[in-house]
Amino acid sequence: MTTQTATAPRASDPQAAPRTIPDNQAKKVDPAFIWMLLPAALVFTVLLTIPLLTGIFYTFTNFKGYGDWHFVGLTNYKNLFTDDIIWGSYLFTFKYAIVASILTNIIALGLALVLNSKMKARSFFRGVFFVPYILPVLVVSYIFSYLFTNNLPQIGQALGWEWLSTSLLANEDLAWLAIVVVGVWQSVAYNTIIYLAGLQTVPEEIYEASAIDGAGPVRRLWSMTLPLIIPYLGINMVLSFKGFLGVFDQIVALTSGGPGTATQSISYLIFKNGFQGGEYAYQTANGVIYFLIVVALSFAQLRFTQSQERV
Amino acid sequence: MTATTANVSDPAGAVENPAAGSSRIGTADPEIYRVRHGSKGVFGRTNWWTTLLAVVLSLTVLVPLYFTVVTAFKTPEELATSGWAPPRSWSLDNFSTAWEMTSYPRRVLTSSIITVGATVFTLLSNSMVAYALGRNMHRPWFRRLYYYFVAALFVPFPIIMLPVVKETALLHLDNEAGLILLYVVYGLAFNILMYTSFIKSIPEELEEAAAMDGAGRWTIFWRIIFPLLSPMNATVGILTCLWAWNDFLLPLVILTDQTKATLPLAQYVFQGQFNTNYPVSFASYLMAIAPMFLVYVIAQRWVISGVMRGSQK
Repeated sequence: MTTQTATAPRASDPQAAPRTIPDNQAKKVDPAFIWMLLPAALVFTVLLTIPLLTGIFYTFTNFKGYGDWHFVGLTNYKNLFTDDIIWGSYLFTFKYAIVASILTNIIALGLALVLNSKMKARSFFRGVFFVPYILPVLVVSYIFSYLFTNNLPQIGQALGWEWLSTSLLANEDLAWLAIVVVGVWQSVAYNTIIYLAGLQTVPEEIYEASAIDGAGPVRRLWSMTLPLIIPYLGINMVLSFKGFLGVFDQIVALTSGGPGTATQSISYLIFKNGFQGGEYAYQTANGVIYFLIVVALSFAQLRFTQSQERV
Repeated sequence: MTATTANVSDPAGAVENPAAGSSRIGTADPEIYRVRHGSKGVFGRTNWWTTLLAVVLSLTVLVPLYFTVVTAFKTPEELATSGWAPPRSWSLDNFSTAWEMTSYPRRVLTSSIITVGATVFTLLSNSMVAYALGRNMHRPWFRRLYYYFVAALFVPFPIIMLPVVKETALLHLDNEAGLILLYVVYGLAFNILMYTSFIKSIPEELEEAAAMDGAGRWTIFWRIIFPLLSPMNATVGILTCLWAWNDFLLPLVILTDQTKATLPLAQYVFQGQFNTNYPVSFASYLMAIAPMFLVYVIAQRWVISGVMRGSQK
């Protein structure tokens, strides 16, 4: 009997094995949990982590996307900093993202305030203003492309405005504005929803109290509503900035990076030169720089989220 | 999922009357807030100024849509002369031309397969992963895995785009199945954030009680946790659905077979070949927009409240 009890734990070892895999100190992990996680972790690693690591690996080579390659060390990264096309794309992308996120947030906040007031058919209007969000960016951009090349110049000619009497998209200095218009038109919808969610966290009682104290609508907006939804403003700015930095569909549909290289965004450049231009390794290095910027932004976002939780 | 069906089955009431079906939707909805807190307070009177402002502002959305619709019905000659006017005759010729040129039924089928597949698998798998993680956050290995998944939020697609394309081609995943898998995996980081925060609010006593009655972990998940996750399922489902349906970049780089193009991708190919015939193009755009637009009109309030819930995370 004694030998049996001694060997008993060993006999049950195969069953106990999965429990000890995740952590040795943990007492009991239901094996079902591990089976819930294992496939996801595997697929995630194969389709996200490995491509990421492969990509980073290739940035230290001169791989064109096909054929032979050899190590070039940090050459790609050094070249990035002296490449006018890269600088141009970063300049455009940042200019676009800054202007578009400021505009989007101002308009969305205003719209949310309007939609949060005691207006008629509020649900209907919310429905209307949210429509742009459900439409594919590419299709929306094609539609606007037509408006920019046909309808707007007609208006420009009628008004005698020279800058508007030809297509904005063909104008090297103004094409980026056209892309801003489309980007803002579409993302205002989502940001308005976030602001509406924020506005509803403001308790109505404080308005009632302030009304008794005689505060006017401007005063209420400035001293009560805005301070209370500042966390939403912060997170919205970061999120929309991050989103706008990745601008791709609009560029494809509106300008294809032109006129010249005036509207080549970072992701468009990575796609175009990386896929078709034989700059696989070089553009992936560009992607790594872009990745570092996004990480920095994400930490800014994290800080905003934390400050929001404190409020 | 009960909240889903309840609201979809009563779309008209939900759209017309803000108070309708209020008890079924979570408190995240501002309308409900107002219903509960009394809509006739100090500021109970209708504000006609903001209503008027909203009417004017809604033109910025409606005018481009108006142009899309009227252009799709015109002939090229008419388009050149008619300006803002509606078409003289509402002929469907442009639509039938676009229908054939883009093989519309096949595109809808492809887009639907990808969207439905991505949404269903996302709901089933991501909620499960989040549950396993959420209940074991005190264990170091689970916590590490959690951060491993969530770190993907920081990875912009362009950086992995080129290797992913090579890999999917290698694994024979350069098709609909591959796209579904990619949407499920790339949505994981954000969805885990959504689900785990919600799972923490579900009392573990529920599971202990079920375990007493002899339920295993899987039964507990499918019978108790998954139904309780309904509000998050709705939100994750809507966001995944909109993303997969409207996405352009992923299908563009992953799908190598042109005959398997999705709706947005078909517009891209179509535009490249027939960019001079605007009315036919616009008919095609309109047909690409239509399915999701119809779903939205029916389930409008539900979509908005779902996205709203997602935005608060």
